[in-house]
Amino acid sequence: MTAIDTSLQICEDCDTVYRRRALARGEVARCVRCGAELERHHRLGVDALLALVLTAMIVFVQANIWPIVTLGLNGQQVSSRLWGVIATMWRDRAPVVAVLAAATLFFFPVLRMLLLGLVLVHARRGRRGPGFREAMVALHYLRPWTMSEVFVMGALVAIVKAHMYFEVTANAGIYAYGALMLLVTVFSGVDLRRLWDLTAEPAR
Amino acid sequence: MSALPRAAELGLIGCHVCGLVCRDTGREDAACPRCGAALHRRKRASVTRTWALLVAAFILYIPANVLPIMRTVSLGDVDDNTILSGVVELWVKGSPDLAVIVFTASIVVPMMKFLVIGMLLVCAQRGSRWAQAQRAKLYRMVEFIGYWSMLDVFVVALLTALVQFGFFSQVEPLPGVVYFGLTVVLTMLASMSFDPRMIWDAGTD
Repeated sequence: MTAIDTSLQICEDCDTVYRRRALARGEVARCVRCGAELERHHRLGVDALLALVLTAMIVFVQANIWPIVTLGLNGQQVSSRLWGVIATMWRDRAPVVAVLAAATLFFFPVLRMLLLGLVLVHARRGRRGPGFREAMVALHYLRPWTMSEVFVMGALVAIVKAHMYFEVTANAGIYAYGALMLLVTVFSGVDLRRLWDLTAEPAR
Repeated sequence: MSALPRAAELGLIGCHVCGLVCRDTGREDAACPRCGAALHRRKRASVTRTWALLVAAFILYIPANVLPIMRTVSLGDVDDNTILSGVVELWVKGSPDLAVIVFTASIVVPMMKFLVIGMLLVCAQRGSRWAQAQRAKLYRMVEFIGYWSMLDVFVVALLTALVQFGFFSQVEPLPGVVYFGLTVVLTMLASMSFDPRMIWDAGTD
């Protein structure tokens, strides 16, 4: 069958085969042919990643329970949370936008955090927990479809636009989203594939 | 064999999900022993799929730009905004820096994706050896920035939810924003279905 050699790696962008070598702190291995990143030194251990995921979960809850912005006009005030935005789009004849927003700003990020948390809890003990394989495959496919950081930028643009006509107050939700954006940036540099190497196959 | 051997020359396949290096058994239904994903030497029907998604995205991009994306009603005054007129409004009313960001996300990035992916496809079909390293770099850039185009969709959604002052002021989404959201999703699918290994399949000089 398919024999496996984990000392080799293949560049995903151009199919060039390399022998892996240990990387020193701050080192990044790049493909000589196409320049794509092959592997980078892992500054963050499994424990640190798990701590970050838990932090992200807490911040995500905050970002969703507090209003993001409040607009005022003639003494009237309107504020909104993410789910208010999604519900409004659903009602206002734009259900496609509601579904896109619900998926990329709520369901996919939640799923990613939960799956990653599950995987990491077991990986701490060097084990592959139940559903490890399915979770890792799902994480691979979910990765491009979470857009919280784009939403933060969108909120800034919306605030500036609304500022032309209304009194605008930034609420706790927008700060939580700002913090979430920073966490997302940290995670974007993490290659989860190494979890395959760090964990052993469960005994059969 | 060249100094930089490619997987096909060594009879290997890299799993596109978990990265495991597997031996190519020649079977079409082979699966990765580690993660269970189907193993392919190249993404399946990459050129055809990518062209189809790109053309579909381009067709939707026309109504996305021509039709208004947002309606503002204040004191009976109706004002419909397209993507471009929204950018102009931001520029004129005092936020040129944000206007540049929105212009980049909504106009420059999608146009660049159409041009770059189209060019990559034409070069791949011709087996061109032209500017391979630069093409590889362009592909990675398109993959990296593609989803930021969703910016304007979120702006319209937020303004609709916030500007709810009845007769005084009200914002509604218009069909343009739906077409635009779908354009972004389709261009993302197009760049995902393009196989960058094709850039190098023509060999190197």
